[in-house]
This record gives sequence, C-alpha cells and structure tokens, in this order.
Amino acid sequence: MARNKFEFEEPYLLLESKLEDLKKLSEQLNTDFSEEINHIEKRLDQMMEERYKRLTPWEQVLLARDLDRPMTRDYIRLLCSDFIELHGDRVYGDDLAMVGGIGMMGGRAVTIIGHQKGRNTKENISHNFGMPRPEGYRKAYRLLKQAEKFGRPVLTFINTPGADPGIGAEERGQAWAISEMLCGLSSLRVPIISVVTGEGGSGGALALAVADRIVMLSNTVFSVISPESCASILMRDVKRADEMAGHLKMNAQALYEMRIVDEVIEEPARQYLLDSPDFVEKLKNTINNYLDELGSLEISKLLEQRYSRFRQIGQFLE
Amino acid sequence: MFKKSYIDISGAKKKQAKFENEVTFSCPKCLTRITATEKMQNNDFCPKCSYYYVTSAWDRIHDVCDENSFEEWNAHIKSLNPLNFPNYEKKMIKAREETGLTEAIVTGRGSIGGYDVVLGAMDSRFMMGSMGSAVGEKISRAMEKAIQYSLPCIMFSSSGGARMQEGMLSLMQMAKTSASVGRLREAGLLYISILTHPTTGGVTASFASLADVIIAESGALVGFTGPRVIEQTTGHVLPPGFQRSEYLLKHGMVDLVQPRAEMRSLLIRLLNIHQGENYGEK
Repeated sequence: MARNKFEFEEPYLLLESKLEDLKKLSEQLNTDFSEEINHIEKRLDQMMEERYKRLTPWEQVLLARDLDRPMTRDYIRLLCSDFIELHGDRVYGDDLAMVGGIGMMGGRAVTIIGHQKGRNTKENISHNFGMPRPEGYRKAYRLLKQAEKFGRPVLTFINTPGADPGIGAEERGQAWAISEMLCGLSSLRVPIISVVTGEGGSGGALALAVADRIVMLSNTVFSVISPESCASILMRDVKRADEMAGHLKMNAQALYEMRIVDEVIEEPARQYLLDSPDFVEKLKNTINNYLDELGSLEISKLLEQRYSRFRQIGQFLE
Repeated sequence: MFKKSYIDISGAKKKQAKFENEVTFSCPKCLTRITATEKMQNNDFCPKCSYYYVTSAWDRIHDVCDENSFEEWNAHIKSLNPLNFPNYEKKMIKAREETGLTEAIVTGRGSIGGYDVVLGAMDSRFMMGSMGSAVGEKISRAMEKAIQYSLPCIMFSSSGGARMQEGMLSLMQMAKTSASVGRLREAGLLYISILTHPTTGGVTASFASLADVIIAESGALVGFTGPRVIEQTTGHVLPPGFQRSEYLLKHGMVDLVQPRAEMRSLLIRLLNIHQGENYGEK
C-alpha cells in the first residue's frame, strides 16, 4: 500500500531516488554496480530504521495523524471472522465518524466500537474527519449496553482529532453524550480493551478509553489538547505546536512511563502496519491475552480494578 | 430647554441618592456603575457590556449554606507540575496569591436549610477553574465521602475544562470524576449539578453533566467547545444566546434555569423532596 511521505524522510527518499537513477544509468552503461547499490540500499534501510527510533514528539503527532494508517474497519476485518456493523442512536441519526457492531473473533463474540476517519476528502466528509457528534457517542453507548446485556467483551479503537466542535453538536449535547460514555464505561459489567490506533484527541477520544486495559501503538498520541491549540492559547503562536507536542508528553512511550497506558505495541517503520506479520501477531496476542485475563475475573473484581485504575491517576501534593 | 435640563439634574440627584444608599460596583470593562440590587437583578452581568462579575467559590458556598455550617475538606491538596510544563508553577503561585485558594475548587460538608450535604464549588479565578489532578482528586474524594455518610452531593461548576499544563493526567480526571459519579448513582444518592458562568470543555463533559438534577444559573455560558473556537473552526456565525442557560433549557440539556439569588431556596426544595417519607419534616 502506498503511504504518505514525511518531511523528516526527505533526505532518505532523495537518496533512494538517486539510487534508482544509478540503477538506470548502470543499465545504460552496461556496467554492473549491483553489489555497490545493494550495499547502499541496506545501509539506507538501516538509517531509516534508526531515524524512526529517534522521532521527535511532533513527528510522532504527524505519523499518528497519517491517513494511511489502518482505521477501525481495517482492524475489524483483520480480527473478526464475521462482523455485522450496527447503526444508529435511536434518537437522532447514524454517525459515520463512529463505527460499531458485533462479530466473532477467534471463537469469541465481541462488540467493537471505534472512530473512523476517511482516506480522502470525499470519505472524510462523510466520516466527518473522524470527529463524532453526540449521536455517535449515543450509538456507542447503546452498543455498550447491548454488549453488557449479552456478556460480550468490548474492544474500542481510538483515532480522532476530537469530538465535533460544531453548532449542531453543541445543540444536541456533545458534553452530555461524552460524559455518559465516561460514566457508562466505568461501570460496564464486561471487560473493555482500548487500542489507540492513531490520534487520541481529548475528550472525544477519552469517551472510548475508560477501559480495563489501554494499549497504544508506538507512533500514536493521546492528549488533553492538540499541540496546535495549546500553542495558540499559551504562546499565541500556532507555529510553536512542535514544541508543545514535547511539553504535553502525549506520545505512547511517555504515557506508558506515566502509567496511563498499559502497553505499547512497536510499529514497524515505513510499512502499512497490517502488512507486517510480526505486528499483526503481536496485536492479536495482546488483545487475546488481555481478554483471557480479564474474562477470568469476577465482575465485581473487574469493576473494582477498573475504578481504582482511574481513581489513582493524578499527581498532587498532600 | 430649561425644563429638560432641570429634569436631568433631578435625575442625576436621584441617581446620586441611589448610589449613596447602596453598595455599588463599577464595571472593569466599560466603567458602568451599578448598585448591588441591579447587579443581582442582572445575574452578575454588567447590563451595558455583559461583563461578568466573577463569583468566588466561597461566595457561592456562603450564598447557599446555612451560616457557619460549612466545614472544608482537603484544603491542603495542591497541584504539582508533573510534566515540568513551562510557566505552570508561576501561574499557580499567581493564582494562589490572587484568590487565597490552594486550588480551583473548594469542597466540604455543610448544611442547606438544615439538610446536610457534601458541597463543591469551583472558582474560575483560579486558572480559569481548570481541572487538574488536585481538582479531580478533591471532587472524587468529596463524592466518596458523600457515599460514606449517605449524603446528597452538590457541585457548582465554573471551569474552562481540563488543565492542559498537566496533559493526560488532567484529561483522565474526567474519567476519574465520572467514575465517582457512577458510584454515587449506584449508592442511590442525590447529586445536583449547578452550571455557572462559564463552564466548558472537560468539566461540562464529565461530572458536571451527569447529575440527577442539572441547574444552570441564569445567563451562564455552558458548552463543550468554547464559542470562539467554534467560530474559528467552523466559520459559522453563532446564533444569539448560543450556549447560554436559556438556550440549554430550550434544547433539553438542563432541568432548570435559576438566578443566583434564588439558588438556595431551590436547593432546599429539591433536598426536601428527596427526603422521601421525611418530606416536610425539617
């Protein structure tokens, strides 16, 4: 699958294209440089991989927002042998920024809910750039309650710039829809696992993240505010967003160290994630192991652990 | 001509007299002078330029609680700077000096019309009433105490949302306080939320909108996304009265809109009805 290019990759990509030129020239000249070219190619791959290990927080924000990342529906296709998408909040409409439904995952019935972005402008308009409106959260809430009724564990996939900031969303109670999700998830009587698969934008992302286990992919972010908004409020200069991305400690590794998330799954560099067998296996194993572990707990114990998981978050002086 | 100027003089004299007998306020924004009565009638907004005379957490507590009944809890809990966020300490020190508070919320136990309650009041003067670890902790502790003592819980919110200087630790306070409301619900206790001017972002989208009875103070601005951000991101012109209490009532988001001066009497009636069989005894 083709992928977007990032600014920090430019020198490497330039070298790559020069190598292509060299290959063509060597053909024209009937001279075999393949050994030398192979050597440089290997070295280039190495350099790229090393560069990916030194990503700045801002570069990670850009990677997290990449529209070529797998989206919720891709993960559903990967994980489920059968899946039926369910629609609508029964009150107002069906929000395509939030997808959800029921399916079979390795012999286990699950409910899956997640944000859905589009890959191009047309798709993004119909999915509202992955920014749910109240009806999206109310659809999700309905599916949670349904999962609870049938004792199905819940998986959520998080990838949103945030909840929709429009007039309509305000009129229909965006804040109310989100808070009911937070409260509803905190006491839902089935195991919940959240995977941050891209951008975790503020309350609109948190509404799917009150889970027993939170997993982040290594090039994803989760933040109280976008670095752009933060820079514009605090510095009155949106251009300082890259600086803010560091201060906000919003990347997967930082959040793992703060014990906000339970696990970080390493992403392969420069590859469509689901094309990497290692990545796919790691993701499947992580989810299944957590589901086994949580499924063996008594519900009261599960709820107690989930409450204290969030109850203990915070640093203050006493 | 003569007559007109005569009337003017007498009007000015009358006005003078009015100001002499009452406490007056000058609007810091447009300098319009109003009396305490006018300020109250206008729900603490300047009648001319809509400036809001900010109400402190302690003013709210004294407004609604029976005299000397309030006992503060966890006043010692203070925020740290866990992310080493630039200028955060400086802002906190300034806020503490200006408000005399340790954090953006005061919580504790008091009585209203003889009914014991757990009460919290946010203070928007303290870093826009933003919710960081300390605010979230005080709210969750207050709710847990309400469960322990089987008391109703009342929260006055006034906040710009989660405190960005604490990053994800702040965002997670939304989950934490909402989970605590979940426990209040399980315990079957009354929870009343009063949305005051202004309440937006992560506070509206967590504990403040999860109550059994939600009251908006007259004229308050309450929403998820702040009006300036909505205008900037969508380019839409906002309808008149957008996100104000009366607008929320019309759209079904709050149970009641109540002026500040009548809040205490409303709370007493609500508490009274929730006493069940003991209705009217107190």
